[in-house]
Amino acid sequence: MARGLTRGRTRLVAIVASVGLGLAAVAGCGSGGGIKDASGGSSSGKDCGDLRIAVNPWTGYVANAHVIGYLAKTKLGCNVTYPDVKEEVGWAGMASGSIDTIVENWGHPDLVKKYIDEQKSVVDAGPTGGKGIIGWYVPPWMAQKYPDITDWKNLNKYAGLFKTSESGGKGQLLDGDPSYVTNDEALVKNLKLNYKVVVGGSEAGLIQSFKSAEKNKTPLLAYFYEPQWFFSEMKLVHVNLPTYKDGCDADAAKVNCDYPPYELNKLIAKKFDDSGSPAVDLVKKFSWSNDDQNVVAKYIAADGMSPDDAAKKWVDANPDKVKAWLGS
Amino acid sequence: MAVDTATAVPPPPPARQQENKEEQPYLERGKKRHTGPLLLGILVVWLVVFALLKNHDTRALGLQDTTDFHEWLNRIRDWVQLHGPDNWFFGGVLGFIGDTFNNIFTFLQKLVSIPAFPRPVPQIGWLGVVAVFAWIAWAVAGLRSTILVVITFLLFGVFGLWQDSIDLLLVTILAVLVCFIIGLPLGIAMARRTTMSNIVTPLLDIAQTMPPFAYLAPVALGFGIGPTTAIVLTVVYALPPLVRITEHGIRSVPETTIEAARSLGLTSSQMLRRVELPMAKRTIVVGVNQSMMAALSMATIAALVNGPGLGKPVNAALQIQNIGAASVAGLLIVLMAIMLDRTTTAASERSGGVASVSGPQVLLMGVVLEKLPRWATEDAGRGVRHPRLTNAGKWTIRGLWLIPVLVAVYLSRQQLNFAQFPGRDVWGFLKPIDGKSVTKYINDFSNWFIDKVDTFTLALKNDVTKVVINPFQNLLAESPWWAMALVILAIAFVLGGWRPTVISAVCLAIIFGTGLWNDSMVTLAMTLLATLLVMVVAVILGVGMGRSRRTDTIIRPFLDAFQTIPPFVYLVPALALFGVGRFTAIMAALAYAAPIATKLVADGIRGVAPTTVEAARSTGSTTWQMITKVQLPMARESLVLATNQGLLYVLSMVVIGGLVGGGSLGYIVVSGFSQDQLFGKGLAAGIAITAMGVMLDRIARYAAARVGR
Repeated sequence: MARGLTRGRTRLVAIVASVGLGLAAVAGCGSGGGIKDASGGSSSGKDCGDLRIAVNPWTGYVANAHVIGYLAKTKLGCNVTYPDVKEEVGWAGMASGSIDTIVENWGHPDLVKKYIDEQKSVVDAGPTGGKGIIGWYVPPWMAQKYPDITDWKNLNKYAGLFKTSESGGKGQLLDGDPSYVTNDEALVKNLKLNYKVVVGGSEAGLIQSFKSAEKNKTPLLAYFYEPQWFFSEMKLVHVNLPTYKDGCDADAAKVNCDYPPYELNKLIAKKFDDSGSPAVDLVKKFSWSNDDQNVVAKYIAADGMSPDDAAKKWVDANPDKVKAWLGS
Repeated sequence: MAVDTATAVPPPPPARQQENKEEQPYLERGKKRHTGPLLLGILVVWLVVFALLKNHDTRALGLQDTTDFHEWLNRIRDWVQLHGPDNWFFGGVLGFIGDTFNNIFTFLQKLVSIPAFPRPVPQIGWLGVVAVFAWIAWAVAGLRSTILVVITFLLFGVFGLWQDSIDLLLVTILAVLVCFIIGLPLGIAMARRTTMSNIVTPLLDIAQTMPPFAYLAPVALGFGIGPTTAIVLTVVYALPPLVRITEHGIRSVPETTIEAARSLGLTSSQMLRRVELPMAKRTIVVGVNQSMMAALSMATIAALVNGPGLGKPVNAALQIQNIGAASVAGLLIVLMAIMLDRTTTAASERSGGVASVSGPQVLLMGVVLEKLPRWATEDAGRGVRHPRLTNAGKWTIRGLWLIPVLVAVYLSRQQLNFAQFPGRDVWGFLKPIDGKSVTKYINDFSNWFIDKVDTFTLALKNDVTKVVINPFQNLLAESPWWAMALVILAIAFVLGGWRPTVISAVCLAIIFGTGLWNDSMVTLAMTLLATLLVMVVAVILGVGMGRSRRTDTIIRPFLDAFQTIPPFVYLVPALALFGVGRFTAIMAALAYAAPIATKLVADGIRGVAPTTVEAARSTGSTTWQMITKVQLPMARESLVLATNQGLLYVLSMVVIGGLVGGGSLGYIVVSGFSQDQLFGKGLAAGIAITAMGVMLDRIARYAAARVGR
C-alpha cells in the first residue's frame, strides 16, 4: 500500500513536470506568426488603462454599460471589463476600489448618504438623460376593455377580477422584483384598496406573468418600471395613482401617492475620478434618452445580439450623439 | 409507524424464518409506542386552538418592516463597509487573500481563457487546451475518459461558450484544491478526536443549510468583487461533503488493521500515511467527487457577484427570458459535471494498482508492444502471451504522446483559428449545431409546448393552491405562535424522544429571535408539502427503477441532469407553465429534490434480499402486494434516508422558490441581497432557514433511528 501511494505521487509529479516543461518549451517559440498583437486604439494623449464598469442585472443597464464600454475600448484604448454585480455591491466596490463606475443609478438615498455624503468615496457623475418610472401596470388588453382602469379610483370596482389563489379573496397586486423598494403595502392600506400584495419574487416572474396575462386574456395588476426592454415587446399601461408631490412619501407608513419620477444618474469612484483617465470625461458626458436605451436593449433582449454588437450597431447609427460625448 | 410495519409484514414461510429473523432482529421486541394515537391527539388539540385563536399572536411582519435585530445587523454591516478597508482583518488579511487568489486566477485565465493583453487571444488557444486536458485524462484515467473529455471540451467551443466554460473549470479546480487542502486534515482530525467532530459538525450543517444569498454581499465585501469571492463561496459550500466523507472514510478503517499496524510499532504519522490514508483513499475520492458536484452547483450564485464561469450566461439569459440560451449554458454545466465525475472515478479505480493497459488498448497496441525493448515490457504472467508494460514503458509511451500535444499547443499559439474557437462563419458545418441554433431549437420547442399546455397547468396550479396549499398554510401560519411551537415540540417528542425535542426548542427560540416567525411558518408549510410530493414521486419512480433495470436505465440520466442543472435554468419555464405562486415554488423544489430521493428509494428496493422476494412470490402475492407488503416495508431505512435528504434538498430551494412567488423566507433572503436597508432582515431569514433545517433534520433522524429499530 505504501508503494501504491508513492507510485501515485511519482506519477503526479511526473505529469506536472512533463506538462510544465513542454509548455515552457513551446511558449518560448510562440508569439508572432498568424496572430497580431492588439493595437492600443487611437491615441488620445493620456493612457486609459483599465475601466471597470459595474453591470447591474437589467438589460437597460447593460445597454448603457456596453455603449460606454465599446467607445472606451475602440476610441480611447481602455482595457474594459464588466463586473456583474447588484447595485449595493457595486457601490461597495467603488468604495473599496474594485469598480470604477456605475452607469445607471436609481436614487438609492441611503447609499448616497453612506458613500457620497459621509465616506466621500463616490462622486455623482451627472444624469444619464434617462427617466425612471416606477408604478402599477396592466396588460394592454385590459386597458382596451376597461379604459377607466388606469385611474386608481376605479381599482376597487375591478378588484374582483384580480382575485387569484394567492390573494385570499381580495384583488391581487403582483409585486416584487426584490431589487427595489416598494411602498405598495402601505399604498394599498392608505388608499383603502381592496387588494393584497403578492410577491412575485423576480423580474422574470413579473415579465412572464404579463406575457401569460396578455396571451390568455387574464387580468393582472403588477408593479413594474420603465425604461425596460419588455416595453418593446408589449406596451404595458400605467395605472395612475394620486400624483406625486414633494414629501408625500416622507413617512413610508403614510405614503398615499405615486412613486416619484427618477432622474437616473451615473456614479464614479473618487479614486477613478482623480486618476485623470480619459474615460472619466466619457462617463461624465454620456447622456441619452429612454428611447435610445430601449433600442439597444431590444437588440440584446429581443434580437439576441451580444451586448457589444448591439452597442456597435447603435454607435454606428448615431455618430452625432457619440461625438458630443467624446468631446472632440 | 414502527407498529404498523411490524403488522404489515406477512408471516414469512417457515423455511425462511431463520433468515428473516436475522434481517429484522428487533421487530417483535420493540416497545409498543402509541405514536399514531398520540399524533392524532396533538392534531385535535391543535385544530381546537386554531379554531378559537385564529390570527392571534401570529407575529406577522410587513414586507418592508424590520426589527431591532435586523437593524443591529445592518449597523454591523455599515461599520464593515465604512471602516473595513482600514481594518487589519477585513482590509489586511481578507484583502491579502483576495488579491493573492485574484492574481493566481487572472494568470491562469490569461494562460487559457481570456486575451493575454496585448495578445488578442490567450497564451494557449483552444486546440492546445483540449490536447493538454485530453493527454492528462488519458494518462490518469484511460481512453474512455479521454474521449469524454475531448467531446465535452469541443462542445464548450461549438456552443460558443469557451471562455465561460474554461473559467468555470478553473474556479472548480481551484476551489476543490482549497477544499482538499483544508478538508483532508480537518476530516482526519475529526476522525481522531470526538470533541473536534462535535465542534465542527454543526458548523458544517450551517455551511450546508445557510442559503448563500444571505452571505453573498458580505463575502463580496470582504474579498472584493472577483474570482476570489467566487472561490470562497464555492469552498464554503463544497467543503462539508469532503470533510464529512473523509471523516467517515478514516473512521471506517477496521480496528483490527489499526491494531495490527500498531503492534508493528508504527508512529501516529506513519499510521496515517501508510495505513489509514491508503485504506480510506477510495472513500476520500468519493468525497472529492461530491465536492466537485457541490462546487459546480454554486456557479450561478457566484455569478451574481461577478464569479467567472458558466453562471454568467445563465443569469444573462434569465434577464431577457431566453430559455434556450439558459439551457445551453446549463447543459454545459451538466456535461462538465459528468466529465469530472466519470474522469475522477476512473482515475481512482485505476490507481487501485490494477494494470492499466487492458481491454481494447491491448488489442490496439499489441503489435506495438511486441516491438518495444525489454525494459519497457514484462510478461502478463500465467502463460498469457500478451506482454504488459512496465512503469518505465508506460511513461515512455506517455512521453511520446506528449509530442503531438506540444505541437497542438504550438499551433494554438500561432494560428488564430486554433487559438479562438471558430464560429459558424469560419466553419460552416457548425451552423446547424452551434449555440445559436440549439438555442433556437430549444426556444421553439418550449414556446410550442408552453402554448399547448399552459391553460391546463395554470388551472392546475390554482386548484391545488386553493384545495391543498392554502388550508395547510393557514393552519400553520395563522395559529398563535406559542401554539405552533408547542405542537412542533410535541410532535418532536412523540416521534423522536426528548433529545430532538430539546434541539427543536433551541431552534424554535432562534427562529422566534429572528423576528420572522410568521414567514417561517409559511416556509415550513411549503417545505413539508414539497417533501411529501417529493416522496410520492420518489416512491413511484424508485419502485419502478428498483424492480426493472430497463426503467432504471431510461430514467437515471434525467435524474442526473436535474440534479446538476442550475435551477435558474428552469425558472422561466416553470413560471410560464404555472405562473407566479407558491405552487411554482413547490414544483421547482420537486424538480431539484426528487432525483436524490428517487435514487435512494430505488437503491433500497433493489437491496431487498432476493430470497425474501422469491418467498413472497411463492406464496402467490400479486405485484401490488409485493410492493406494498414486502418491498416497501423492507426498504424502509432507505425510505427514511430518502425523506431526510429530500427534505434538506427542498429546504435548499427555499430561496429559489422565493424568486418564483414562494414569498416568505426565500423572498426575504433575496430582497436582503438586493436592498441595502433589508440586509439584516435577509440575513435573519437565512438564519431562520438554517435553524429550521437543523430542526427538521434532527427530528427526522431521531424518528428514523426509532423506526429502524
